[in-house]
Amino acid sequence: MLRWLIGGGREPQGLAEKSSVQTIGEDQIQNPYTELLVLKGHQDIVRFLVQIDDCRFASAGDDGVVFLWNAQTGEKLFELRGHTHKITAIAPFSSPDASEEKNHLILTASADRTVIIWDCTSGRQVQKVSCFHSTVKCLTVLQRLDVWLSGGSDLCVWNRKLDLLCKTSHLTDAGISALVELPKNCVAAAVGKELIIFRLIAAVDGSEGWNVLEVKRLVDHQDNILSLVSVNDLTFVTGSHVGELIVWDALDWTKQVTECNFWDSSVHPDVQPEIKLSQSPNETSVQHLTSDEECVFAAVGKGIYVYNLQMKRVIACQRAAHDSSVLHIEKLPNRQLISCSEDGSVRIWDLREKQQLPAEPVPTGFFNMWGFGRANRQANQAAKKVQENTPMYFLELVGDLIGHSSAVQMFLYFGELGLATCSADHLIILWKDGERESRLRSLTLFQKLAQNGDLQLRF
Amino acid sequence: MISAPDVVAFTREEELEDELYSEPPLPEEYSVPLFPFAGHGANPWAKVASSKFTRDFILISEFSEQVGPQPLLTIPDDAKVSGTFDLNYFSLRIMSVDYQASFVGHPPGSAYPKLNFVEDSKVVLGDSKEGAFAYVHHLTLYDLEARGFVRPFCMAYISADEHKIMQQFQELSAEFSKASECLKTGNRKAFANELEKKLKDLDYTRAVLHNETEIQKKANDKGYYTTQAIEKANELASVEKSIIEHQDLLKQIRSYPYRKLKESDFHPYEPESALDHANVGCDQDLTTSDLAEPGETHLYTHMPSYTPKLIKAKSAKCFDKKLKTLEELCDIYFFTQTLDQLHQIERTFRGDVCYLLTEQISRALLKQQSVTNFLFEDVSFLDEKQYRGCQGLSQDAMDRKCSEESPAPKVVISLGSYKSSVECVPIKMEQEIEDSQEPKMTESVTFEHQENLDYLDADIKGSISSGESIEVLGTEKSAPGLTKSESQASLPVSPSPQAGRSKVGSRRTVSEDSIEVLSTCPSESLIPEDFKASYPSAINEEPYVDDEEGGLHFTPKLNPDNADEQEDISKQENLVQVDSACCIGKESPNFLEPLPDLGQKPCDDDGVVRIPPQPYRQAEQGLRGSFGGFPSHDGISGGLLPYELDPRYLTGSREVSRSSLDECSDSTSYISSAASTCSDRTPSPAHLACQASERHKKKAGQNALRFIRQYPFAHPAIYSLLSGRTLIVLGEEEAIVKKLVTALSIFVPNCGIYAKPVKHWVTSPLHVVDFQKWKLIGLQRMVSPAGVNVLHTLSRYSRYVSILDADSKTLRCPLYKGTLVSRLADHRTQIKRGSTYYMHVQSILTQLCSKAFLFTFCHHLHLPISERESEESIVNRRMNFLKLQLGLANEDIKIVQYLAELLKLQYIQEPSQGVNPMLRFDYVPSFLYKI
Repeated sequence: MLRWLIGGGREPQGLAEKSSVQTIGEDQIQNPYTELLVLKGHQDIVRFLVQIDDCRFASAGDDGVVFLWNAQTGEKLFELRGHTHKITAIAPFSSPDASEEKNHLILTASADRTVIIWDCTSGRQVQKVSCFHSTVKCLTVLQRLDVWLSGGSDLCVWNRKLDLLCKTSHLTDAGISALVELPKNCVAAAVGKELIIFRLIAAVDGSEGWNVLEVKRLVDHQDNILSLVSVNDLTFVTGSHVGELIVWDALDWTKQVTECNFWDSSVHPDVQPEIKLSQSPNETSVQHLTSDEECVFAAVGKGIYVYNLQMKRVIACQRAAHDSSVLHIEKLPNRQLISCSEDGSVRIWDLREKQQLPAEPVPTGFFNMWGFGRANRQANQAAKKVQENTPMYFLELVGDLIGHSSAVQMFLYFGELGLATCSADHLIILWKDGERESRLRSLTLFQKLAQNGDLQLRF
Repeated sequence: MISAPDVVAFTREEELEDELYSEPPLPEEYSVPLFPFAGHGANPWAKVASSKFTRDFILISEFSEQVGPQPLLTIPDDAKVSGTFDLNYFSLRIMSVDYQASFVGHPPGSAYPKLNFVEDSKVVLGDSKEGAFAYVHHLTLYDLEARGFVRPFCMAYISADEHKIMQQFQELSAEFSKASECLKTGNRKAFANELEKKLKDLDYTRAVLHNETEIQKKANDKGYYTTQAIEKANELASVEKSIIEHQDLLKQIRSYPYRKLKESDFHPYEPESALDHANVGCDQDLTTSDLAEPGETHLYTHMPSYTPKLIKAKSAKCFDKKLKTLEELCDIYFFTQTLDQLHQIERTFRGDVCYLLTEQISRALLKQQSVTNFLFEDVSFLDEKQYRGCQGLSQDAMDRKCSEESPAPKVVISLGSYKSSVECVPIKMEQEIEDSQEPKMTESVTFEHQENLDYLDADIKGSISSGESIEVLGTEKSAPGLTKSESQASLPVSPSPQAGRSKVGSRRTVSEDSIEVLSTCPSESLIPEDFKASYPSAINEEPYVDDEEGGLHFTPKLNPDNADEQEDISKQENLVQVDSACCIGKESPNFLEPLPDLGQKPCDDDGVVRIPPQPYRQAEQGLRGSFGGFPSHDGISGGLLPYELDPRYLTGSREVSRSSLDECSDSTSYISSAASTCSDRTPSPAHLACQASERHKKKAGQNALRFIRQYPFAHPAIYSLLSGRTLIVLGEEEAIVKKLVTALSIFVPNCGIYAKPVKHWVTSPLHVVDFQKWKLIGLQRMVSPAGVNVLHTLSRYSRYVSILDADSKTLRCPLYKGTLVSRLADHRTQIKRGSTYYMHVQSILTQLCSKAFLFTFCHHLHLPISERESEESIVNRRMNFLKLQLGLANEDIKIVQYLAELLKLQYIQEPSQGVNPMLRFDYVPSFLYKI
């Protein structure tokens, strides 16, 4: 790096240690983001970004303020103040009616034990609910039923008018950490190590009320469930703090695959401590999951793993994708993957097919990381399988975005409009394609010229 | 700045001449004719050696009714400035050329004294003996205690450089008019107050007298009046008359047409206008109600502080009184405003005329580049009002050439509507009264005229016969009265009152025999046609005048549309020529036009120079003695081309460059110390802000020169700045870093019209926001852990920045292989002076800006020509344009692209919201350069 700057012996340890992480030079041909716009407004960590429509998004964080932004211009549209504590969950809540003016609402939950509905068009607070006993940690909108759920120490079901339709009994003090909608009016809630399936049943008296019923409790995870994602109508996936990844059937809530301690179905309790010796739990926790139809993308510790549901195995991975924990990961339509991390960087990965097989299959390295023989053998078997059947994939780093000075909490991909990232340094950065922006500016320029009549020289 | 003053210095060298002309042609307005006397050991500053003061100054004088002309104050208020220059003597001179000859008192046919709302007169006056030339601005202020209620004052801008006065006449006139207006506004206010007080006194006096009379009446029932009673009654009558008179005066002063209110941005007028609205209300009351009513006094209740005094019937004559000071005459607020304005003027016109003109040209040109000028120039000053005059002028030069032709100075026009023969006709409130006045006016004028014929006669004779070079180069301002003058010319006999008036001026001139009055009369005054006949000497000039007309190529060409006006002008020129023995149209364009061929100038046998319509050249002739009597300027003025730019600039620069090679902006000039006795040796800043930036430019230029000589990797560093990549100057010592930052700051394009994105010194770690905001940063290198942190962030953001390490003399930045920067920063450059280098940089950057402008505003380079055109082909076209049309190579393209982005942003930005600062960057590898 800039060793010359700092001078011989003065280089801090951190820099030297980075050797294991794949780096990309300053020459990033495939990185389209050549322009950035810093959006300032927040006074504390920005944790959430949520897309409202094609060109607007909301940001929220520990300062309790919600900002609405224009993703194209970076213009601050509204500053929504109402919460007194940090915001813990945010969800867009668009009206289902197909009328012309789609009413864009957002729900925000805060540590002040309130939930507020905001109108994104007027920037006003629509309504505020403050009858919670605990902080609402997650919000899910069931668009189909036109209700929304709030998960804290209990699960509440609300309708659009903010009437409490029903609620469960007190579940735990820790509360629900994640909610995901399942088919057949079911939801899966992650409560500590447990995964609880609830079903919403229409009230018998025919009114619009709903009853919520606990259907099943799944206790397969060894540690707290950190991530919960629905892959399709048939499957959903959970990831836990110790690195278990379980693929569930969304209909009968049975385990399809358990990749525990990294995709080893048989959990050996005796092995666990060994793992913990070599790796801190943070390094194995499944921080975030995302999926497309065929693959689940997992942010595990510092690494990124691509798990193919059909092949039931990891097809590509980057075990040291970042310098520290990967906090958010997203699959782009163009077979690219974006990840952001506590180290303050955002990286763009390309999932590529390997043309010729290398002597050493990738997963081996991955399992080697854990340093115990059994997995290694498994991996070798898997590798052999790979060699026989399918092409190999690998994640190629095509670009990194450096701008934040602290952990990048989340990002939002806006297609050609760019990428919004939020960070613990209180900033939101809009990353844009410089070429495209330049073109747009030219277009605007000539429009304005025509408008002003400046096309005839005046001076 | 687009020009380079060093060029001026080069012209002394004969051999450099060829080189100079082999260069791509310099824009005509910048071309510098050689100093014609170079080979003869003469120097262009010798002529002003006689002046007794060191720099220009402003003198305010008064023609006191008690002691005569006396100097009141000078600006700057420093005895050193005027030196041995005799202010008293000069005051006498300048006060003696006042043409306004205030006509106050009881005009025939008027029952009451009339105030005379005279326009200021503007005169140029030269005293070759003293080596002083002055722009003299006469004005009158009202004073109730003064004779005729008026006090004549004048403000004079005194310079040793005649050209300066002549060429900056319009600007001076504009600026002084503002000052004068300010004074007069304050004076009117004060005068009205004074009148009100006086009225109250009178009212009170009347009441007292009335009471006394009543008492007497009652006391005496004899049926006849005692002498005492009659006296009292007379006294009462006179007081009542006095009341009416004063009320009339008050009415007059308040009805002063506020024509200049349209210049509402001129500060001092604001409170005044408000006040006057209030007063108008009072006026109406005053006029409608019977003033004799005792209840009237309530009108004055708004000035409760004043207690009326009893006034003696016969007031003492004024000689035993102390006259009011200028400060008392005007409101103190307005007085200080005026002083400020005068100080401003002094600063604005400080320095050599060459410099002033270059400044003005540059500013005018810069102003035109409204789209690109923000990039590398400090455009903030363009908006400032101090420059309104000059700018207005340059604007005119560009888009209203025709109106430029109209000979009156703009300011006077803006001051508004001259009524015909304004000077003598007291302004009435009602039009009909004015009409009724008219015949009487003519009477008085014809008388005056008669009288002046004699004077005129004497004048001309004197000027021809005496060996003294009495040159009266005057002109009448004739713009508004143009049509009138024409009609007058066609009339058999109808002498204009102003003609007579102007003669008064010339008469005075004659009496002071070494003085050269280059006069301007405030109103149209042309010698009627029939005058020609009576003055053969004037007629003799006519053929010459025709020749001259032939030489004035541009006048007709410039303005084919306004043929009529042209005719007027040429006609008027003729008249002016005829009149030239005493008055020449100074404010008419021909005054400033180059005289194409002075060789043809008829010189009288006795050596007295005839008067060409070119005062300053004429004056030069007068000065020619010191150069051993050169016959003419043929060489220079012969090849004049019709020129589209404002002709006066052309002549200006030519004249100037010849007349003075004095330093223009850089005080280190070797010339100035040796030879210059020119008006001012200090660099002439346009105003305060400019002064600072001027110094900054010089310093930055010097530092930049040093930088490019010292650092072999200056090119990539400058490329970084030009392409919008933030350059960080890293170093332990603040002074060194700041110096480098200053040096490099001249290469930083502005992102908006505000301050340069330069941060001289930062000690905290940088963030991405900083790179968005600043393009050049001086950063402290610390050995402490905090310092490591700073460096850490630096290495983190290394892709956005180039880093110049001032301590180890290394540079880390992308490669530069273009050609543009090498022209900008050639380490073998011969340029020695900072300001020169600064200007060199500016000129190249200006060129760059024009490329960026072209690139930005070429429609088809950015948008498809046909709908089906692919983006790719547009990109190709764009690159081709950059490479082939603009001749850019490699990284130079990026520079232009970056500038184009800035232009776009600036253009599309909504005025309400500022530019969203964005950071554009490239993913390009950096390299480490070492010395």
